[in-house]
Amino acid sequence: MMKCKDATHLMSEALDRPLSRGERLNLRLHLLFCGGCRAFRQQMDFLRLASRRFLERND
Amino acid sequence: MIDSGNADLISGFRPQMLKFARLQLQDEAAADDAVQEAIESALIGLDRFAGRSALKTWIFTILRHKIIDTLRERGRTVQISSFGRDEGELDEAFDMLFKENEHWSPQGRPQAWGDPEEALAQRQFWQVFETCLEVLPARTARVFMMREFLGFETDEICATLVLTTSNCNVILHRARAALRQCLTHGWFGAEARA
Repeated sequence: MMKCKDATHLMSEALDRPLSRGERLNLRLHLLFCGGCRAFRQQMDFLRLASRRFLERND
Repeated sequence: MIDSGNADLISGFRPQMLKFARLQLQDEAAADDAVQEAIESALIGLDRFAGRSALKTWIFTILRHKIIDTLRERGRTVQISSFGRDEGELDEAFDMLFKENEHWSPQGRPQAWGDPEEALAQRQFWQVFETCLEVLPARTARVFMMREFLGFETDEICATLVLTTSNCNVILHRARAALRQCLTHGWFGAEARA
């Protein structure tokens, strides 16, 4: 099974390039069994969202 | 003709524009120039805009392009410091989250964040977010902001800063992992304990 640390690298790279079919498959399988990495992925998505909103916010 | 109401609005954005430009360019004079040029360009096309929100989006788009131009011109002439001690410290902090076998340790395993969308609506959240960005090592922050705020593709970041693709990927991962930990401690974790 893919190591969690390697999974975090793939999840980061997924924000910058399309993953290969093999990478996607392995990652999906890993996420199925790993709650920690699922939380990590949501948090990566959140960072992107927050960066987009950073400029649009009004304060 | 320039509508003075809109011109006032634009000068109201100035402090936030300066802050953003300084964060990206790490250079006071270059930031001033970029903001000044953005405001001047904005004043020319001003009458096309109605509403504060549209105006703000538009003027920050102009500013973003000015900053991108500056970074591109600067490109290889500016020596970007290589791997530094701070980056090593971030990597150590990240490694601490794992067991020997590189799976999460019980203490290091990420926990879901409570209502992150709600955080985006809170002013204090943005202060924490900015602080987390400011404490990143300079090179790490530069690469992250070029990617996420300025919308560069990674290829161009690597080329501009003379980094290999794998180096770029490692730096982006380091930045994201560090921001995640910083936000966990500074915002979401604090919330969970309360």
